[in-house]
Order: sequence, then C-alpha cells, then structure tokens
Amino acid sequence: MALVPGESIHESQAVVSIDIARRLSDSFELRASLRASAGFTMILGPSGSGKTTLLDCIAGLARPDSGRIAIGERVIFDSARGIDLPPASRRIGYLFQSLALFPHLTVERNVEYGIARMPAAERERRVSAILDSFRIGDLRGRRPGEISGGERQRAALARSLVTDPAVMLLDEPLSALDLGTRSKIIEDLRRWNESHRIPILYVTHAPEEAFALGERVVVLEAGRVIADGMPQDVLKAPRRETIARIVGFENVFDATVAATMESQGTMVCRLDANHLELEVPLTSARVGARVRVAVRAGDIMIAAERPRGLSARNTFEGRVVEMRRAGVTVVAMVDSGVTFEVHVTPGAAEELRLAPGRQVWLVLKTYSCSLVEP
Amino acid sequence: MIEWPPIVLTLKLAAVVCAVLLVVGMPIAWWLSFSNWRWKFLVESMVALPLVLPPTVLGFYLLVAFGPESPVGRLYRAIAGHGLPFTFAGLAVASVIYSLPFMVQPMVSAFSQVDRALINASSILGASRWRTFFRIVLPLSVGGVVTGIVLSFAHTLGEFGVVLMVGGNIPGATETISIAIYDNVQSLNYAAANRMAVLLLAFSFITLSLTYALNRRVWDVWPLHR
Repeated sequence: MALVPGESIHESQAVVSIDIARRLSDSFELRASLRASAGFTMILGPSGSGKTTLLDCIAGLARPDSGRIAIGERVIFDSARGIDLPPASRRIGYLFQSLALFPHLTVERNVEYGIARMPAAERERRVSAILDSFRIGDLRGRRPGEISGGERQRAALARSLVTDPAVMLLDEPLSALDLGTRSKIIEDLRRWNESHRIPILYVTHAPEEAFALGERVVVLEAGRVIADGMPQDVLKAPRRETIARIVGFENVFDATVAATMESQGTMVCRLDANHLELEVPLTSARVGARVRVAVRAGDIMIAAERPRGLSARNTFEGRVVEMRRAGVTVVAMVDSGVTFEVHVTPGAAEELRLAPGRQVWLVLKTYSCSLVEP
Repeated sequence: MIEWPPIVLTLKLAAVVCAVLLVVGMPIAWWLSFSNWRWKFLVESMVALPLVLPPTVLGFYLLVAFGPESPVGRLYRAIAGHGLPFTFAGLAVASVIYSLPFMVQPMVSAFSQVDRALINASSILGASRWRTFFRIVLPLSVGGVVTGIVLSFAHTLGEFGVVLMVGGNIPGATETISIAIYDNVQSLNYAAANRMAVLLLAFSFITLSLTYALNRRVWDVWPLHR
C-alpha cells in the first residue's frame, strides 16, 4: 500500500486543542495537553494509559475535572468558564471500538440517524454519496447483524462522517480486521479527509499502526503525554527508553522503495535522509512507494573494522557520537548520515573501545529491518 | 350461565390500569435505569413495595388516603362530587399502585440491558434524550415493555385483597371476577364459582403463553450481534 507519511500536512482549517485533567482513581490521573491539526494524529499507548478516557472527554461522555477543550475558536469545554457542551452539540464524530451500530436499524437508517433534521432530498443525497464513497451502497437495506465485520466498520464510519464532524475520534476501530481490509478502510478515510481536512484522532496500542499512518504520533503513558511529534521525532524524545518499550523499536526512518527482488524475497529501500540503501524483507509495497523502516537497537551489530564475509546484507560506516549507560545496556548513538541507536553489552563496548568519535561499522540483517504497516 | 358484569368490569379495569401504567411507568422505568442519584434505591424500594406488602395493608392505607379526612380524598371529593372509595375510579387508582412493579421492573431490566455505547452513539450523533429513547432504547426493549403490559394486565385481573378493601363488592361498579368468585363460594354456589375460576385460569394461561411466544419472536427479528 502507498503510505503518505508527512505528506498531507496542509494549512489546517481547524485545530483541536486539549488541555485537561481527570482523576480516575487515587493512583491514576489523566493529565493531557495536546493540539491536533488536520490529518491523522495517532495516540499510542499501552492499555490503561488513558487513551479512551481522553477521547471520552473530548466527545463529552466523560467530564474532565479541570481544563479546556476547543475546536478552532469554538470552546466546547472550559472548567474555568463553566462551559460544558453536551455531546450532541459538540460536532464530533466518534467511532467506538464496539462500533455501536444500532442493531434494529438498516445500514441506511443508521447512516441517516445523525442528519434526521435535514430536508429529505438533501439527506438522501448525502447518505447515497457517503455510502458510495465507502463502497457499501448495495448494503443500505441490510441490518448490522447481516453484514461482515469490515462492512460494519465502513457503515459506522459513514454514519459518523455524514454528519460532517469538526473532529473525528477513532478508538482502536480496526483492530479486529485483517490487514488488507484495514488498509483499504484507512485509505478510504484518508481520501475522504483530503476534501474535508479535519483532525482525526486515532487511538491504538499497535505501534506499527501508529507509525505507519500518523502524520503525528502522541505517546501516552500512565495518563501523561510523554512524546508528541512527527513519527521519526517521537523516538528521539526524552524518556526514550519508555517510549522504545511502548513502541517496540528505537529506530525508524522514512524511506522510498528503490527496487524489489521478488526471487530473493527482499527489496531495497532508500532512506530519505541520506540515500543510504537498506535491504529489507519483501512486502507488497511497489517501487517508488513511501514506507517507514523500523529497526530494534538491539538488532544492530557494531564492528570495529570493516566486516567481511558476512551473511548480513547491510553494512554502513559511521561514527559514534554519544555513549551512555541505561541499566545493564550501553546505548551508542552512531551517525551514519542518519543517527542509529544501537544497544550493546558493557563487555562488548569495552572490548571494541567504543567512545564518542570512534569510527565503526554497523551491520544489519535484512530480517532485522521491518517495514511498519497498518 | 355465566355472570357477565364482573367479567366485563374486570377486563375494563385491567385495560384502564394497563394504559395508565404504561404512561406512568415508562418515565419511572427510564429514570430508574439511567439515573445516578445516590438515593435512587429509595425510589426502587417504593416501587417494589406492593410486591411484598399484604394487599390488605396497601388497601388499608389507600382507604385512609382516599377517605374524607385526607387532603387527597377531600380534593377528589371537591372535584368529582363524591369520594374515591367504593367507586371504579378508586379501584383503578389502587390497582395502578398495586400493579406498578409489574410494569416497571420488566421495563427497567430491558432498558438497562440496552448497550450504553448505543445510547452514547445516539447522543454524539446529535439526538436528544427524547429521540434516543424512542428511536433506540424503546425499540430494543420491546420485549420488556410487552412483558410489563402482560404482567400488569394479568396481575390486575387476579387481584383480590386491594379490591376488597378499596372497592368492596358493588355489582357493576367494583365487583370484579375474583370478588364474584369469593362471593359465590361464600354462598356455597360452587358451580358458578367454578365457571368463573376456569375462565380466569384459561384467560391468564392463554395471555401469558402468547406473550412468551411473541417475546421470543421479537428477539429473533432483531438479532443482537455483539
């Protein structure tokens, strides 16, 4: 599939700004401050990190103890000024994990539920248009119990979007679907948003999904935002270890597919930053497609001299720029045009006499590189 | 040889009580299902009281409440020109209170079973509470509402104690089937008592069977896939 990370950030029509606190128990408080402009903002965090509570507060289903939520100039919640719009007047679309399609209504009745006050002709036009653009036009007479999981997702998405929301919230909406169905639905949503340009807050606990889809990634842990930015910047944020633990990899690079070798089961990706070529396992991405390559810091080898006679296909020369201890691991930052984070044991670091300024070679196995895909 | 007046009166009473309960019981059930008020359990107990109280206790207090000494009784007398006790209206009011839990409890259980996510989805889609109730909650609770109607109808048909206390046994005005059976037994007219008893038994069994059969079909028509 064609990924377009970072590509579709245009002038935003509306920015949703959130700055709230809500205490859920003696030991857990959600205290989140973030802004999201048009496009996908991925909210990533382990379960119990407060992701759903955050969405519930924005939608008006949960009430923050204090803070402020605004969409552009429109304040929908402000504890100081006593503003707390009910969910019905916030103009927010919310796709629940359970979808919450009305089981007794047909797809068509479900979709027109939110625009019941419109004149019949306009309503019919809108419903038809959205059903067609989500490719479920032929299901309008069916009930949710009679259609497939992917079709239900599309119906629920269409039901939210037809109301023309100012912000769209998605709570792990696609986790139950297979990869193919999921990426098609996301493409449809992306295409819809090209003409509407609204902030889409997408909650997930799957890092691959967050890093593949997001123009921005927000990492939430124990109710706090611990990183917020472009996907490749998020991994460089302070509290790197926590983020890496949540995300599952320390290195991520934007790249373009340069060549595919079907017979080898591999392909070559050229990193955007320095045109370094990495051999990675073959995926369905075509030549020219924009992808993201993820590598675990522990999967990169360091050699003191140019290695020879290795099975590993990727060897780069680089220079150590920073060294530090993290528990029993030594973290080395190696500049090779892009900065790789590499984890080695203290023994290895000593034997190789690793220190800032030292010239080294990095070795990456093809199968240590993975493309992040939704 | 069946005495029709008590039967007609009983059916009329049950129908009136059911209609009133539907209107009165639904908002109570809605409130009980969705309120977060901390003293809600007090209201729940009030509604359930008729289930555990002997009908004579309830009937006694209603009699006192309807009596010429009480404000309610005086107000009614001022409006209607006569007292509530030993009239059809008095009987209806007493029966409404006595059958209230039979209407409210099935509704509460049905309303509470409606997935909260559906209610949230409805309000996020811009629907008022009113619209959410009539378009989402009520259609998904049809089974509970039907059960409530049937149970309160059947319960009113068979009630005895409260009717005796509040209504007495005035033929054509307050003499229901159960009272007529009692009167017949008292006067050793077992044949007449039996005819009515069989009728009541058959009618109750048929209505209950119909509801349970119908209820099953309601859920078959609307499969709830979660």
